[in-house]
Amino acid sequence: MTATVPKIRFRDAQIEMAHGAGGKASRRLVEGLFVPLLCDVSPGALGDAAYVQMNGTRLAITTDSFVVKPLRFPGGSIGELAVNGTVNDLAVSGARAETLVVTFVLEAGLPTEILEFEVRAMAAAARRAGVVIAGGDTKVVEHGKADHMYISSCGIGRLIEGVQVSPQSVRRGDRVLLSGPIGDHGITILLARGELDMEAQICSDTRSVLPLVEAMAAAAPGAIHWMRDPTRGGVATSLNELARDCGLGICLAEEKIPIRDTVRGACELLGLEPMHIANEGQFLAVVAADAADAALDALQAAPGGEAAAIIGEVRAQPAGTVLVSTLYGGTRVIDMLVGDPLPRIC
Amino acid sequence: MKFVDEFRAPELISKTAQEIRRLADPQRHYRLMEVCGGHTHAIYRFGLKDLLPANIELIHGPGCPVCVLPMGRIDDGLSMTEQPEVIFTAFGDMMRVPGTHGSPLEYKARGADVRIVYSPSDALKLAQTNPDRHVMFFAIGFETTAPSTALTLMRARKLGLRNFSVFCNHVTIIPAIRAILDSPDMRLDAFIGPGHVSTVIGCRPYEWIARHEGKPIVVSGFEPLDMLESVVMLLRQLKEGRAEVENQYRRVVPWEGNHAALKAMAEVFQLRPYFEWRGMGFISQSALKIRDSYAEFDAEQRFHIPGIRVTDPKAAQCGEVLKGVLKPAQCKLFGKECTPENPVGALMVSSEGSCAAYYNYEHRKASLVTVGA
Repeated sequence: MTATVPKIRFRDAQIEMAHGAGGKASRRLVEGLFVPLLCDVSPGALGDAAYVQMNGTRLAITTDSFVVKPLRFPGGSIGELAVNGTVNDLAVSGARAETLVVTFVLEAGLPTEILEFEVRAMAAAARRAGVVIAGGDTKVVEHGKADHMYISSCGIGRLIEGVQVSPQSVRRGDRVLLSGPIGDHGITILLARGELDMEAQICSDTRSVLPLVEAMAAAAPGAIHWMRDPTRGGVATSLNELARDCGLGICLAEEKIPIRDTVRGACELLGLEPMHIANEGQFLAVVAADAADAALDALQAAPGGEAAAIIGEVRAQPAGTVLVSTLYGGTRVIDMLVGDPLPRIC
Repeated sequence: MKFVDEFRAPELISKTAQEIRRLADPQRHYRLMEVCGGHTHAIYRFGLKDLLPANIELIHGPGCPVCVLPMGRIDDGLSMTEQPEVIFTAFGDMMRVPGTHGSPLEYKARGADVRIVYSPSDALKLAQTNPDRHVMFFAIGFETTAPSTALTLMRARKLGLRNFSVFCNHVTIIPAIRAILDSPDMRLDAFIGPGHVSTVIGCRPYEWIARHEGKPIVVSGFEPLDMLESVVMLLRQLKEGRAEVENQYRRVVPWEGNHAALKAMAEVFQLRPYFEWRGMGFISQSALKIRDSYAEFDAEQRFHIPGIRVTDPKAAQCGEVLKGVLKPAQCKLFGKECTPENPVGALMVSSEGSCAAYYNYEHRKASLVTVGA
């Protein structure tokens, strides 16, 4: 008997922060090491959730871990993030989260008060999202071996009718929709760390996007071809992954991309690209051209979807690339995030 | 957004672009060098080349402080992380720049205490809150960032700090421009002058470029409209046969510079007799060192620095790209061995490096032109 030897293509000598930043290095790690050794899927099928068939029912399943620092930040906290993030991964995979199980990794010395606050935040977020937390596990590590606490969560969901998303369903002419302003979460966290002498009136956008996805799905049945929540790596990284997976070009109009002045201002000052900044309560959707207006109307009519916009379209060229056109006629390519976003000096 | 959107207004930009087309002599090829890496970044980020006629060529200059630093200096700086008490601090730009045995970020992944700071005063604060450690700040930058390093050292002395030092890699812009003009393979018509550096040094230090070299220079801001207006000003000078220093960035740059900043620099720094620039070799009086009166804060005097000299990989043509002789994509390694993910040279790391800017924003557009999408 000959066993097939999986081919490992991950050549990096050690794990660095960039491998967890959601950009190119993350993708290299997943596609070059995890997938060949663990999964029997083509890299193109790596979405936010996996689909499994059980007793004739197709389910979506996902897992996500939360290691945010600081634990609490304007607009949310790690507990709320853990529930919403998992619900959102399922929502953009076309599934309604039903049940979560969660794991806590706690650092010895963590005040109970902090833990209780996060558990309450999880319970409230689960109630809002209509999802049951059915079980979990707890591990405690020595003091100094974790940043207070980490949460890992696994969710199972039922598929939403009329939604079947994959990069292969994307066609030329499809429109790219975005649910609301970008960069709020990433910039909030950056400022909340207190390392910059900068303050701004800004909150994380963490929320469940399921109601928005359901509203859009009802208005454009069968027309939603792809969805993704642009968390780490931001809108640019999600769309670059799509461009590579579907082999088409994504052309965006810069002025159509919703962004708050505070976020733009912070990015200008720090030399960051807003499209590389993380979001926790937004999603991207690629919708058939003839249903795009209906989908947009439904999004804008739903609470929290007022700022949704059509930001671009899918074209044949430049294949595998995301191109941004500026208001005054210039264009630029925007790539995936490389490494962590690092502020520039001058 | 105030003070930004005004300089990105589409109708003004299209008018200015029209003016450029009107002024440019179709029979002539213009080679304009933008000295500053911030300008290089803006050109690609805003897609400004798309707005210029084909006979106006923008040449990217040496004004990216991370890019011009030879690898040996990075190795020297990182050698200090071997001392367990040292916290190595640097700006974000430095973090992915490769040394012989890895970048500061890779050192961090292997356990060295490497931290990103946003200003030298953040490093100073770190020294105050960690009295049992030694905080070393890896200082880089032209005259733009040198004053803040100087002020930080003045403050450190006032506070009587014993656990803070600076590894000084500050360089000065004028000798670099002179080296470019002296380079025999370089033909330039005019300069887009650096904006941020000039907020400190003012416009006067450029006068020799106009007077003795006969090249127009316009100190420019960084918004699309700033840069296009600067091109208009340069084309007018060339058309009228003038060679002058003009200041497009008047809202920020005073003609005489910033007296307080210059004074702080003079207090703390003196010129090094010579300093090595990546790809350009040794340039005399082109860098700053910490004065003896501040020796207690000079990492080069407090620690044993190996003084490593590393020759750049033969195939890498960073020097030619830095001087503007080669376009990024003409380097043999561009996009193959050298990418933003696995940079061979620093020009591929910093957002202000011309290779990274070209790679990130431009190079896949090339296929567009031929396909005509």
